[in-house]
Amino acid sequence: MENKITNQAVLDIIKEKFPNAIENFEEFQGDFIIYVKTEFIHNILKFLHYDENLSFEQLTDTTAVDWATRKNRFSMVYQLLSMKNNYRLRVICYVNDDLIHPTVTDIWKGANWQEREVFDMYGIKFEGHPDLRRMYLPEYVEIHPLRKDYPLMGNPGDFKLPPIIED
Amino acid sequence: MENQNNNITPVNFINPEEAAIYQALQKDSEIIIEDKLENTMVLNMGPQHPATHGVLRLLLKLDGERVIGCVPELGYLHRGYEKLAENMTYYEYIPHTDRLDYLATMANNVHYVLAVEKLAGIDIPDRAKWIRMIVAELSRIASHLIGIGTMAMDVGALTVLLWSLREREKIQSIFDKVCGARFTTSYTRIGGVASDIDDEGIAMIKKFVDEYPGYQYEIEKLLHTNKIFLDRCEGIGYISKEDAVAIGFTGPNLRGCGVEWDLRVKQPYLFYDKVDFKVPTYSEGDALARYYVRVDETLESCKIIKQCLEKMQPGEVKANLPKEVLPKKEEIYTKMEELIHDFMLVNFGINPPKGNIYAGFENPKGELGFYIVSQGKGYPWRLKIRSPSFNNLQALPKLVKGCLVSDVVAIIGSIDPVMGEADK
Repeated sequence: MENKITNQAVLDIIKEKFPNAIENFEEFQGDFIIYVKTEFIHNILKFLHYDENLSFEQLTDTTAVDWATRKNRFSMVYQLLSMKNNYRLRVICYVNDDLIHPTVTDIWKGANWQEREVFDMYGIKFEGHPDLRRMYLPEYVEIHPLRKDYPLMGNPGDFKLPPIIED
Repeated sequence: MENQNNNITPVNFINPEEAAIYQALQKDSEIIIEDKLENTMVLNMGPQHPATHGVLRLLLKLDGERVIGCVPELGYLHRGYEKLAENMTYYEYIPHTDRLDYLATMANNVHYVLAVEKLAGIDIPDRAKWIRMIVAELSRIASHLIGIGTMAMDVGALTVLLWSLREREKIQSIFDKVCGARFTTSYTRIGGVASDIDDEGIAMIKKFVDEYPGYQYEIEKLLHTNKIFLDRCEGIGYISKEDAVAIGFTGPNLRGCGVEWDLRVKQPYLFYDKVDFKVPTYSEGDALARYYVRVDETLESCKIIKQCLEKMQPGEVKANLPKEVLPKKEEIYTKMEELIHDFMLVNFGINPPKGNIYAGFENPKGELGFYIVSQGKGYPWRLKIRSPSFNNLQALPKLVKGCLVSDVVAIIGSIDPVMGEADK
């Protein structure tokens, strides 16, 4: 089944609405990727979801990437799916140095657990998230294992026994 | 008639000590309810509960027997597969994909290597594509059989599980014949599959797909006119079309809500555009509809496998790309070039170009996606697994709200999560 919309058309629609927001765009192995500025990310995603022509109904996946040595260390990656157009788009933006990022749970309900996972693995806090807890690891640990400076075998003593709760 | 309310007052006791003890006992057994309507309680279900399909833990807030709130807790099977992936080559990660959705190992193998091949831009021979389709569809049938069987078991029909396990056993035997392992298959390789299917294996697959619809009918006879099963599953766990899409439902769960969305048809990969099959869709959006979708999909998978067997031609099962694809064992021992390539591939891995890709495929549970960031090295810089069970489970608090406790197990069964995949 052919895509009903082209990469260039999507780019034009976004550029028309947000002239200064797009830093870069790229086509790699059939995927279309746009890099946007962090201050516009929430508005752009909201626009992509509610726009009638684009209508990205589903947030397939949210994740972060740790670049370790770069100036803006973390970047957030959003995989969007438009079922109407049968089209996938990837939106990437950097995370500010204070590691506070706007949430998208108000746009897609499915972002809830995905952002909790990112918080668990990378320690990026999502502003306005309704229930920001760790997804997999216990609440009392202080590590973020998918950061590049965390060793594969772990540090001794990271996983203590749970604290004893007195009656 | 001095004790009209059956309360023996301490006066009746001669011994004052006895009277004091009795008074204390009576005070202990009194139930004090401050607010007569305040009677919610929190029930901990799991992680070691047979009906939660693995180590899923639910905290249920109950009003009587009705669920008014639910908080799922994940992470009891978290093994850090994304961290492991960053520290090994693309080849070494194939066996780890078996442990994601451990009920559909072959489908995971196939879809992982497809993602890596998309990143590296590798095209594979036709016969390898047909074989991959056959094993992926067989594994879909196996996964759905467990899904159907455990859901029926959760609502009280144990026979179905035993019969579906018997059918699944035949698929495991086919896998044993094809790749030498029943459960942890690790069958696919980047650029093809590990070995060709011989005539005996093809005969086994043919026999299975010919006989399977008959067994399916036996299972249907047990359930589709069973009033207990239908009453238990109908109308519970309802979710609307829009909510299902927004919350991230994919696969059979989404098709049970009336959205005709199947990646095999919409964004075809392998040779799914060359075979003819239907996408079963039900519009009810309840637990029963999700069950029916799985039942129908097994028959469609049989149809796909039959067409694959007809269209498959003899030929190579590995691409001829020495820089990316592992050479054959006999060539390594006899030829110099192959030995060098084998050494380089095993030690340094394939070096796909710099960039990032996302590839989503139709796994039995839903959309299995891999987001791979490559820095041009032999190992991925970042490998994110978009697991269907994780995203499907997210809808659970919404689905179980207002249900009875006994419905919760049926709803979990209808979502069909596998915790190995949800917890990664």
